[in-house]
Amino acid sequence: MNTPTLLLDGLPVPFSVGQTIMEAATAAGIFIPHLCHHPDFKPQGSCKLCTVKANGRYVSACTMPAKDGMEVENNSPDLNDKRRTLLQMLFVEGNHFCPSCEKSGDCLLQALAYELEMLTAHFPQFYPDRPVDASHPEVLLDFNRCILCELCVRASREVDGKNVFALSGRGIGKHLIVNAESGRLADTGFSLADKAAHVCPVGVILAKRRGFLQPIGCRRYDRQPIGMQFASPPGSGGNGPEH
Amino acid sequence: MNPPVGQRKLRLATTSLAGCFGCHMSLLDIDERLFELLDRVDLDRSPLTDIKHCGPCDIGLIEGGICNAENIHVLREFRQQCKVLIAVGACAINGGLPAQRNHLDLGQCLQEVYLTAPGIVGGRIPDDPELPLPLNQVHPIHEIVRIDYFIPGCPPSGDAIWKFLTDLLDGRTPRLGHPLLHFD
Repeated sequence: MNTPTLLLDGLPVPFSVGQTIMEAATAAGIFIPHLCHHPDFKPQGSCKLCTVKANGRYVSACTMPAKDGMEVENNSPDLNDKRRTLLQMLFVEGNHFCPSCEKSGDCLLQALAYELEMLTAHFPQFYPDRPVDASHPEVLLDFNRCILCELCVRASREVDGKNVFALSGRGIGKHLIVNAESGRLADTGFSLADKAAHVCPVGVILAKRRGFLQPIGCRRYDRQPIGMQFASPPGSGGNGPEH
Repeated sequence: MNPPVGQRKLRLATTSLAGCFGCHMSLLDIDERLFELLDRVDLDRSPLTDIKHCGPCDIGLIEGGICNAENIHVLREFRQQCKVLIAVGACAINGGLPAQRNHLDLGQCLQEVYLTAPGIVGGRIPDDPELPLPLNQVHPIHEIVRIDYFIPGCPPSGDAIWKFLTDLLDGRTPRLGHPLLHFD
């Protein structure tokens, strides 16, 4: 029996049954921009950055199962315009001040903004008031940068078995909370060894006393754009699909 | 190189609003290329010329965000006088460092700085009528007037500013790719 294959921007991409479009593309070394997707966790399709056109319809590449003969459009001006708009909305909803963020240069949100050549956030800034939580001895939580990807929620629940994080509220009032009566991270069983401490794609969950260990300008996405790192074959210095 | 006879030099104005002048330092960081730039443009209002008001210009570079009434006045004057207005740096583009006061109450900020901070004796909140009134929040400049181009960075490197300006002067659509496009 022939290997099922889809057409991604005109290129044949073979896949195994059960793989999503994102998984098929990743295995083929093709980059689909994404924020809430992580290969270690069940996809949830919330950020919509990975929106592609499959057989003429907009779908999330991280949740849509690949089908034989499916025609997928990924790297097109139309889709990249929409992705840039999504990024701009994420930038104005939080307080993303890159020059004062420890994660700058290692941040997925910023790397995608570079990749899609976002020069300005365009929309009026929300400047929300989101106090930080510095109560934990090892970890700082800066909610100003949260993009609600729920990777920490999923990692804490599925890997650490601790349920430290959750999202609360609806619409524009939706926000990340810590599962403790006091609402403080120090009053949970959270530890720097947890998987959830290392999955944040932006600068919300930061290990204390590690900042600027790697100088600005020498960090991951300073060295090479995210799209090129994705396309790098294994062992060539690019880190493939991991964040 | 001097422009061909009959082709006038372009006029360039620059200013700093709620910023730290770091973007102007980056402009100076284009080093000896400044001579090439000055062969192609004449400077109008700028901290480099100390001209107080902007005349009709082709290009305006604005560093810094909007934090007080005078910033708005200067920004509107630039928009009126400049054919092409460029926001330079993080403060102009998203408020930058000054905007990190936006979740604080302005009155409390002033009290703490001038009245209650440790070591202050007989302090007074400045109230000279010549001082521009501060706004409750700092804003990016595109929220006040239309902006044509944006050069991100804190500050953008001299190379980024040079690439952007020469693209524009040569009639190309300005473009910053890796590694010139930086938000920090």
